[in-house]
Amino acid sequence: MEAAVLPEVTSAGVIIKAIIILAVIAAIAGFGTFIERKVLAFMQRRLGPMHVGPYGILQLVADGIKLFTKEDIVPQHSNKIIFKIAPVITAATAFIALASVPVFPDFTIPQWVPLLGGVFVPSIAADINIGILFVLGMMAAGLYGPLLAGMAQANKWGIIGSARTAIQFLSYEVVTGLSILAPIMLVGSLSLVDFNTYQTGGLTSWILWQQPVAFVLFLIAGFAETNRTPFDLLEHEAEIISGYATEYSGLRWGLFFIGEYANMVTVSILAAVVFMGGYNDLGFLPGWLMIILKIAFVFFFMLWVRASWPHIRPDQLMWLCWKVLMPIAVINVVITGLFMMV
Amino acid sequence: MSLEEFKNRNVGQQTYKMVQSDPTPKTGKEQFEQVVRRAFKGELFVGLYVTLREMINALFRGEMHTIKYPFEKLPISPRYRAIHDMLRLLESGHYRCIGCGLCEKICISNCIKMDTRYDENQRKEVSEYTINFGRCIFCGYCAEVCPELAIVHGARYETASEQRASFSLFEDMLTPIDALKLQQEYDGFGAISPNADQNIKKTPLAY
Repeated sequence: MEAAVLPEVTSAGVIIKAIIILAVIAAIAGFGTFIERKVLAFMQRRLGPMHVGPYGILQLVADGIKLFTKEDIVPQHSNKIIFKIAPVITAATAFIALASVPVFPDFTIPQWVPLLGGVFVPSIAADINIGILFVLGMMAAGLYGPLLAGMAQANKWGIIGSARTAIQFLSYEVVTGLSILAPIMLVGSLSLVDFNTYQTGGLTSWILWQQPVAFVLFLIAGFAETNRTPFDLLEHEAEIISGYATEYSGLRWGLFFIGEYANMVTVSILAAVVFMGGYNDLGFLPGWLMIILKIAFVFFFMLWVRASWPHIRPDQLMWLCWKVLMPIAVINVVITGLFMMV
Repeated sequence: MSLEEFKNRNVGQQTYKMVQSDPTPKTGKEQFEQVVRRAFKGELFVGLYVTLREMINALFRGEMHTIKYPFEKLPISPRYRAIHDMLRLLESGHYRCIGCGLCEKICISNCIKMDTRYDENQRKEVSEYTINFGRCIFCGYCAEVCPELAIVHGARYETASEQRASFSLFEDMLTPIDALKLQQEYDGFGAISPNADQNIKKTPLAY
């Protein structure tokens, strides 16, 4: 890869990229709900949504219409401003995190397109040199959404939900950082592009083989980060109704939903780029297909786990994160460091 | 057996089996060992395997459980007592009811009302026959007592209707004359359901 040939990144290109990310990821997040319902249904030998469109594909549209036209309820004794801001925080931070993640390969708009012809659209909207730190920080900031939402809504289930958000946030964030520290030490950079170029040597050069422990730890922490099932304490219906989302309805609730699924996509991309070889070609398979396959696999794995495993209690989550995962992550970092020095 | 023995007897002692489970860890070391043992046992992957197997079974081996109800229906048991059917004689197409009035007599909720008269050939014919489905408790006595197998229980179990009159008249319950060939004979009260073979499963004793 000769970086010198790449055209200059203009602000028009970045804006187009931002619009593409917003449109595509929002669509994928919506479509993800459909995929999730289908996969969960198949794993329980049901059919899932079947009636809207062929094989229920347009269920997404029906759900969207429902969410958009629902009455927008703001509870009487809630803190109305924070109540209204909270879902926006979740959705916005999820999309901001995607800004420094390589989502699609870069391309140049052909010259015959009016106005925008010849504009170079980069693969990353903001190629900052602290990419992975920024993504993790943004996803951590996204936890303010559930936290504030639960506390603003004057509902006891919401309070419990936000309390659980706080303990979950404090527990796994340490593990996320420490687990991803070892690959960062190997690569010597925080930029996701550098991670990608580190793994150009085919299947054997994936960081996954050098850092299997870090990969497992990162996946576990990623599940906690996206509130997926073994750690879906914040809104577990059987225990706390809907947790932080109890009082939300309509579009505000939909924003939480989109944020959650966008986070799932982000974690899938991170796992694919940091550990599983990124968007490098593998044999005859082109890079864009490989990254899509890897993202799709991690996404499917999240749904698979949801269908298979029970979720755990808050105290078990804290026990797991502080007493098991964090020591393992620290030991992993130390051993990696020793190997690099020798 | 003395009274004392009788009172203290432990009935299940010979046949009950204790479930073998791991001993509860007492010390910190034992707890740690249990955690390590369970973490590397791979039971989580068994869970993943089970759900994936079910998904493959459902998608590729035709073991999907869903019945798309209004479009598909499971066969109901012949013992099921739904809305009554009035059957016809297969040879002549005439209704089987001979107007004996036994069903009206035996009906414990008094919902069957019938009237008969002599026709021009001095044969008894049914002039009025209604079942009040607001009262009917679907006990099935009328079908059991009928000497001609004329009134039986059919398969219409979706009994929501705009008005009760929709299916309480004799003509509504009678097999349509053009559907005479499709008329199902009543299997009787002891009959097994048509898909009984598929529902048979091995009991644990069989293996």
